[in-house]
Amino acid sequence: MELAQPVLNGDRLALARLLSRVENDTPEGRLALDALFPHTGRAHLIGVTGAPGTGKSSLVNQLAFHLRKQGKRVAIVAVDPSSPFTGGAVLGDRVRMRDLAGDPGVFIRSMASRGSLGGLAATTAAVTQVFDAAGFDVILIETVGAGQSEIDIARLAHTTIVVEAPGLGDDIQAIKAGILEIADLLVINKADRPGVELTERALKTMLELAHPVRKVFRHHGQVMELSGAETPDSRLWIPPVQRVVATEGKGIPELLKAIEQHVAHLRSSGDWVRRERARLEAEFDLLLQETLVSRFISKIPSTSLDSLLESIQTRKTSPREAVYQLLNENKD
Amino acid sequence: MEQKIRVLVAKPGLDGHDRGAKVVARALRDAGMEVIYTGLRQTPEMIAEAALQEDVDVVGLSILSGAHMALVPRVLELLKANGQEHVRVFIGGIIPDEDTPRLKELGVAGVYGPGAPTEQIIADIRAAISGVAA
Repeated sequence: MELAQPVLNGDRLALARLLSRVENDTPEGRLALDALFPHTGRAHLIGVTGAPGTGKSSLVNQLAFHLRKQGKRVAIVAVDPSSPFTGGAVLGDRVRMRDLAGDPGVFIRSMASRGSLGGLAATTAAVTQVFDAAGFDVILIETVGAGQSEIDIARLAHTTIVVEAPGLGDDIQAIKAGILEIADLLVINKADRPGVELTERALKTMLELAHPVRKVFRHHGQVMELSGAETPDSRLWIPPVQRVVATEGKGIPELLKAIEQHVAHLRSSGDWVRRERARLEAEFDLLLQETLVSRFISKIPSTSLDSLLESIQTRKTSPREAVYQLLNENKD
Repeated sequence: MEQKIRVLVAKPGLDGHDRGAKVVARALRDAGMEVIYTGLRQTPEMIAEAALQEDVDVVGLSILSGAHMALVPRVLELLKANGQEHVRVFIGGIIPDEDTPRLKELGVAGVYGPGAPTEQIIADIRAAISGVAA
């Protein structure tokens, strides 16, 4: 069944079906992606990541709810983990998104990570392309509950929101490498809970270390100036720290303003174009590698591959030597 | 890549006990299926909409309130209206025996009461799916 055209026409059933084809990486899904590609590149992709239980789904729910009030069409891609043992998954993000039910301007799709470790599924990027082509203005991407290195989202999204909650860790956690570094916006959810000041201070300290700014302070009664970066670079984006209580919708309008400011910054600094280009290049590289490898392997008789693997296993040939040997024998 | 069976597990109506639904969701997960869990107090409209967006193969409804003869036909009707007549619907909960034949006539693929073995539910879902062209 041809699905690309109905998707462009706004057919929701066709959209749902195409998302499955794309998620399963079927030949039909690939063809439709090719057909849809000229229609992509319009949506604003917002990633929402953070540790399990910080309230990512509730935040996404509220963001979508408020974006709808601005008349924007919103797609949500919510990723939850697959079991490494059975491959099954319970995808529970919709439970927090009840406010969006019955709104034809919202489309929520749950995805299982299916063995990917970067916080997204292998086909999440392709799924967002389908939503983009289908005319959604904003695509909210919720990652699996992320620890310290699930940072694929930063490559995919234009704006990455990292969600923290009070009581999760001290300032040492905040200066570690990883997920906090990818934040364009930092959100402290559950800001009505005790410990919110500590969390905020830890995050702001982390940001000041990363982005030194001019500061004036008093020391023994004298006004002193602590010089950081000489002239604050207007192209430099310093992630704001926003307090919200997602379940009550507190702080959401302020967060949306910060998101708008980030978009304006990306546009004016040229980062929007740079990010898009980097992402498309990475996608091209990956596809080129995959295609070359599968084309190359398909030409090699499986017996010669088997004997080569055998000689690796018996430690006669190192894996690297084996690769060179294979490449030298199969030049064309 | 092997195609995953996608199941929507929902609790329509007003009773607030979702332990059974969670047990089944967990069992289906362990059977390698992808279960979209939507939680309590869903209207038939919410369920049909979620089934559409998620492009599921199966909808599992847990109903303990006795309102199944009102809720189930409505869900089936909405699925059909959305072009999803291929979706197989299974029901669990407190369903009097005399209602089962009528529900099956309406198109329900399976009805399960308290104590039904999850292995049976899994086997029935797999059988029902393999009979449907994707």
